[in-house]
Amino acid sequence: MAKRLDLKDVDIYYGKFHAVDGVTLAVPPRSVTAFIGPSGCGKSTVLRTLNRMHEVIPGARVEGEVLLDGEDIYNSAVDPVAVRRTIGMVFQRPNPFPTMSIRDNVVAGLKLQGRRNKAELDETAERALRAANLWNEVKDRLSKPGGGLSGGQQQRLCIARAVAVQPAVLLMDEPCSALDPISTLAIEDLIAELKKDYTIVIVTHNMQQAARVSDQTAFFNLRATGEPGHLVELDDTPKMFSNPTQQATEDYISGRFG
Amino acid sequence: MTDPTVAASLAGPGDPGDRRGGSASAVPATTAPAAEPAPSLLKAGRRTGAQQGDRIFRGFATGSGAFMVALIGAIGLFLLIQAVPSLLANKGNFLTGRTFEAGDPNNLNFGILELSFVTVEVSIFALVLAMPVGLGIALFLTQYAPRRVARPFAYLVDLLAAVPSIIFGLWGAFVLAPAILPIAEFLNEHLGWFFLFQEGNVPLARGANVFTAGIVLAVMILPIITAISREVFERTPRAQIEAALALGATKWEVVRTTVLPFGRAGYISASMLGLGRALGETIALMIILAATPAMFSGSLFDGGATFASMIALSFAELNNNLSAGAFIAAGLVLFVLTFVVNAAARLIIARSGAKA
Amino acid sequence: MTTTIDLDAPAREPTFVGVSAGRRMKNAGATALVGLAFLIALVPLIWVVYSVLANGAGAVLNSQWWSQSLNGLLARQQGGGAYHAIIGTLFQGLVCAAIATPIGIMVAVYLVEYGGRSRLARATTFMVDILTGVPSIVAALFIYAVWISIFGLGRSALAVSLALVLLMVPVVVRSSEEMLRIVPDDLREASYALGVPKWKTIVKVVIPTALSGMLTGVVLALARVMGETAPVLILVAYAPYINFNIFEGNMASLPLLMTVERNNPTDAGSYRVWGAAITLILIITLFQLLAAFLSKVTAPKTK
Ligand SMILES: Nc1ncnc2c1ncn2[C@@H]1O[C@H](COP(=O)(O)OP(=O)(O)O)[C@@H](O)[C@H]1O
Ligand SMILES: [Mg+2]
Repeated sequence: MAKRLDLKDVDIYYGKFHAVDGVTLAVPPRSVTAFIGPSGCGKSTVLRTLNRMHEVIPGARVEGEVLLDGEDIYNSAVDPVAVRRTIGMVFQRPNPFPTMSIRDNVVAGLKLQGRRNKAELDETAERALRAANLWNEVKDRLSKPGGGLSGGQQQRLCIARAVAVQPAVLLMDEPCSALDPISTLAIEDLIAELKKDYTIVIVTHNMQQAARVSDQTAFFNLRATGEPGHLVELDDTPKMFSNPTQQATEDYISGRFG
Repeated sequence: MTDPTVAASLAGPGDPGDRRGGSASAVPATTAPAAEPAPSLLKAGRRTGAQQGDRIFRGFATGSGAFMVALIGAIGLFLLIQAVPSLLANKGNFLTGRTFEAGDPNNLNFGILELSFVTVEVSIFALVLAMPVGLGIALFLTQYAPRRVARPFAYLVDLLAAVPSIIFGLWGAFVLAPAILPIAEFLNEHLGWFFLFQEGNVPLARGANVFTAGIVLAVMILPIITAISREVFERTPRAQIEAALALGATKWEVVRTTVLPFGRAGYISASMLGLGRALGETIALMIILAATPAMFSGSLFDGGATFASMIALSFAELNNNLSAGAFIAAGLVLFVLTFVVNAAARLIIARSGAKA
Repeated sequence: MTTTIDLDAPAREPTFVGVSAGRRMKNAGATALVGLAFLIALVPLIWVVYSVLANGAGAVLNSQWWSQSLNGLLARQQGGGAYHAIIGTLFQGLVCAAIATPIGIMVAVYLVEYGGRSRLARATTFMVDILTGVPSIVAALFIYAVWISIFGLGRSALAVSLALVLLMVPVVVRSSEEMLRIVPDDLREASYALGVPKWKTIVKVVIPTALSGMLTGVVLALARVMGETAPVLILVAYAPYINFNIFEGNMASLPLLMTVERNNPTDAGSYRVWGAAITLILIITLFQLLAAFLSKVTAPKTK
């Protein structure tokens, strides 16, 4: 079910503030694309325009085209709710629903969309938890609250929750930045597995992580503070880290700034 | 802390965007891990039940908000509608009349001057008593009491607000009045030359006067003044307090130079909210104050009636709209009075930036 | 470099410069005064509670009090109970809560989730504040003006409940609003990102997360309005007997029982007034405990 994403000359605004300027890039299906760049350059902003989460902020708007398998997700006939159903998202801080059990957290998306069949939900919960490499740790406490898990487990629970609705694309915004190194490794392994079924876009500030998990890497930068962020270059990850085209990329990757 | 203003205005995900050229060609779905075929976004995105639900729910919520706004207007309007016929039939002067004869619909003669005197004097007296004590309590709870006990202590003061006013009324009339009689007698005897303490228009011994009522009222508004002042004082910037401490200021000097200036507006509006409450207090005053045909002389040892207590005392027996309208006219004045006091209090607090 | 030496200076500065006696006295005085202010507040609280307990204990320790009404009893006749008034107070309070809670929660939802900084939202906030300060007697007169004068309906317990709604709604709005605002945006976004529409996010994620605090607020607000007397004085007539019909007829309530029996100078009158007072305090305390209990058991668990 994985789909490709194409951004065509996308400009992103917060009210009057022009946050991101003219991004054009393609994300092929069944691959991992990493967004790197100094903080404030608009990585999260771009990511959030990919499933129309950007517009929940008052005054926020997007210009240009974002195509999901050729279909413009910003077409006025498209319901943003349908977009988000197709393009899932995992956030920086794990955010399980505090009032729900582990199982209910996983199937929250389906339940809230109106599915009631218990057997189907149970099956989905197990499949998603297995996909998130969490099944063995929680299978005996599915009815316990999700808030009782460790940070890393909570993040994998959130990933399970996102994949349970069977999205075509999975967006992740620094999913490991709040986690310890062991949990981080667990999530990285998970990303490598999920790649078989999903199109994945991940924002990370950790360049080793980008190098480890991604197939292609996009480097974003700011020309100056107050200026909009922009895409400097996008290329296969090995090439980006060994032999980037742009000087700015080279400087950033070799740690000369940022 | 999440920014409440952002939370407050998350635009609806159902909000339609601007229409663009449709590039909605469905692309062949790639094989999926699950059996379900990948649906086109467009097909899933028709004006669905979800959007319908969003519109309805949003409508309900917004309607409830608008209802609140309309309600205040409606209160004023309906009271006015009921008051006008009686005001037109009034033989006396509504603003300057000192009697309130409204029992006979064919012979209405009512004015609010007398009520205004008593209402204002008892409220101001209560405020004078409650303001310093409330300030002291708020300072004690926020600046002096040890952290561990501050909360339970604050809860105790808040409990005062949970006691129904009728119980304060009973206590005031039957328990407090006899207990403070010696004080009243002392004041009357030694300071009787001053109009506040001169011989009242009801017998001093019963204690059914403004003096008793004001003390009870002060107790009743104390938790309001304390709660809001406390909230504001608590928000004194830590940095300011530490700056004062670092200069070698004593506790009191810290309070005087940082907490009080910072919290002054909040304290004033807290007191005005207390005043608003005092002006409208009904049942406690109805129980405590003795009705009297004699005119109000300004003494704390006078009886009489406030707007609210007079309405409550007489209303139950009414059976015709004209008589009721006379009392409703008095109620309208009370409504406007409390509206002005409360609105001013809210504006002061909003201006000062320390929202309570 | 030249240095001048002051031979009279002490060999070394004192480690601490003392605080002058005047400043110290002022400080001690202020401390004593604020402590005293707090003690002053405790005096009436304890005194009121003591008076009510001392005068009313006799009544509530009698089992008749909880099971009988005052039907058929003369003013000076001992015995009987407040069952009719307890029923009335609970009925009027619960009907009020049933109406005020949904309205109050929807207004809070509007303010937190939809209103933003719009004109209507600011007006709503302001009016809710104003409504908080509307005297109960004015609320009662408003309901009288609409319900009785204009619609021509009779005095009834329902009219009382409607007046109480006006007093309860702003309290529910305030507490619900506070609870909704502390629900982290993370949860809303997590729900949106699952493709859940906004209204379902509010109903199924935001409100359940805030529910514990909201319930507590509702119960506390209810405890406040149940002691209100002005509306019952104006909108319903007293009945010494039991009436379950909120739509018509006279109905007692504890505050109304107290105002009526206050004019009864006999011992029986005093028994009834103070018995009702202690009962009212007990009911309010019970609701406050219920609120605390609810917030404990309904809080989102992590274990
Ligand atoms: N909610 C918002 N409102 C206004 N400006 C924002 C908001 N979120 C982010 N920005 C601005 O947009 C720019 C890009 O931010 P972001 O996408 O979060 O950067 P990154 O994720 O690369 O660190 C920054 O200048 C930031 O200040
Ligand atoms: Mg970011």
